[in-house]
Amino acid sequence: MAAPLLAISNLTVQFRVDSGWVTAIDDVSLDVDAGDCVGVVGESGSGKSVTALSILGLHASATTRISSGTILYQGQDLLRARASAMRRIRGSDIAMIFQDPMSSLNPVLTIADQISETLRQHQGLTGEAARKRVVELLGLVRIPDAARRADDYPHRLSGGMRQRVMIAMAIACKPRLLIADEPTTALDVTIQAQILELLRDLRKELSMSVMLISHDLGVIAEFAQRVIVMYAGRVVEDAPVAQLFRRPVHPYTMGLIAAVPKLDSDASRLATIPGRIPSPQEVIPGCRFSPRCTLVQDGCLDAQPSMQPVGDRQSARCPPRLLALGERHG
Amino acid sequence: MVDQSRPIVEVRDLCKTFAVKHAGGVSTLHALSSVNFDIMRGETLGLVGESGSGKTTAGRILVGLIPATSGTVSLFGHSITGPDGRAQLASVRSRLQFVFQDPYASLNPRMRIGNAIAEPLDIAGSHSRKDRNDRVAELLELVGLPRNSVERYPHEFSGGQRQRIVIARALALNPDFVVCDEPVSALDVSMQAQIVNLLLDLQDRLGLSYLFIAHDLAVVRAVSTRVAVMYAGAIVETAPKAQIYSDPQHPYSRALLDAVPRADPDFVRHPVVAGEVPSLLDPPSGCCFHPRCAFAMERCRVEVPLLKESGADGRVACHLFST
Repeated sequence: MAAPLLAISNLTVQFRVDSGWVTAIDDVSLDVDAGDCVGVVGESGSGKSVTALSILGLHASATTRISSGTILYQGQDLLRARASAMRRIRGSDIAMIFQDPMSSLNPVLTIADQISETLRQHQGLTGEAARKRVVELLGLVRIPDAARRADDYPHRLSGGMRQRVMIAMAIACKPRLLIADEPTTALDVTIQAQILELLRDLRKELSMSVMLISHDLGVIAEFAQRVIVMYAGRVVEDAPVAQLFRRPVHPYTMGLIAAVPKLDSDASRLATIPGRIPSPQEVIPGCRFSPRCTLVQDGCLDAQPSMQPVGDRQSARCPPRLLALGERHG
Repeated sequence: MVDQSRPIVEVRDLCKTFAVKHAGGVSTLHALSSVNFDIMRGETLGLVGESGSGKTTAGRILVGLIPATSGTVSLFGHSITGPDGRAQLASVRSRLQFVFQDPYASLNPRMRIGNAIAEPLDIAGSHSRKDRNDRVAELLELVGLPRNSVERYPHEFSGGQRQRIVIARALALNPDFVVCDEPVSALDVSMQAQIVNLLLDLQDRLGLSYLFIAHDLAVVRAVSTRVAVMYAGAIVETAPKAQIYSDPQHPYSRALLDAVPRADPDFVRHPVVAGEVPSLLDPPSGCCFHPRCAFAMERCRVEVPLLKESGADGRVACHLFST
């Protein structure tokens, strides 16, 4: 089997706070295969964005430390790569789009200026050649009247159009991997559907891998092929999308799927997960979900459970559930 | 004796325009055009729509935060838009409350929770120290927060807990009607479900009526009795929730429902509606949805459709359904 395009192994990242160091993500491992579309889902503080920012080395170095782990991109460890090598990879091999397109765009530069910056940096395109490619890219992200729009400033565009510009910028150098961090969260639902459709088409046209980060299980179900579920800084489940929704293994995944309000049900009371999301500073012995878990057992508080495989291509961090499932199958 | 069959909220031909200043002068933004709806006692009307559809503006006019440009709003039979609107509003003030989207912005960071919840009581006056403190304890219990929260500050609470505090404060004066503007959209899924259930429980226990404003159609389905869909400042369809979700009539209602991502990997979606919400500074002629509508006819480009009866208890504003 071919090595994955991106392999994150046992990544632990800590941030400095007044009282010392807190662990933002702990022992995170995940793979992105070439052409794959991996969804990372979780609530606030689950560590989804911290994981993504680590891939591109975008953390503030003074207040962040990578305590352990490796991030292999085509065999090269990005955590130990030189700054110049990272600059070549960032925006060219691996590109990223963020939630809020307005704060990602420079308000005093035209769309064309901003997209051509990437083209100049990575491909040495200038002048007419760059201009031609900008218009081509704007057409690729389905911006109508691209040649005229290229000279607009960001404030002239709607939120959906701005996100299209961000995507144009991200795909300018035909990246192998696109990291999309909540790309549709700030958008209205009909515009969200348009952007997801665009990303799906581009993924095929450019045969790139996508890592989609979202809090919305609906977006994940529709877009991802494989799903990583994160909770309080740890990966708790990793499964192909159909399997995850059909047979969620981790109690948190089960609770999360149940808590999503359903569009096709008249039931008014929603299933809830009791308690609240812990802050990173909170010390919780053993499994970090145990205080909220309805299936908690004595052993859950003893040690941090490890990720264990269950069936084909699925794994979860919950020994009691794995044991129960194993018995049912065996 | 109060007439139980009369709606507690009646909105008729409500219009709101805002003057928008820009380099070229002043333009008129049509935030609401001729909006009509009623809310009955104990009922929840869900108001859904995308950004700029006018749902928040409607909610703010209803509780008297901003004046209407034209049309009438009456609350508990008192017209707050008439010549003595301010006096009428003052007479029903204590029966109305508002819960906003952002629980972080709704609480004064330097005020202890006990005082924040008691503030409506202090403003209304006439509560002894003991009554006041007993009421705060009662409210905390009602929303499921520990009694010792009284001495704490907002930053010590999570988003979901802060929304509970805001709800407790809104209930302090025993309101009959609460406008909830996106009360759960800033919350995580697991917290969102807890707050939705809390709002439903409180409605059962206290007989509250809600205007529930939200962009999330699934949340609206869980809480509402009836649903009104807004687009570009107008209600395009209103119906009991079972009807509107199973058999939406207006092409925009259908497009909106089709666009919602489903937490079901086997779901096959319909084609996505093209285009974007029009500018309210220069709205399209005729039906505002016609530039995006797959069924648009010549008539849609010239004539504004009115809300007309459709189905058992629904109304839709679309020329496809007028004979």
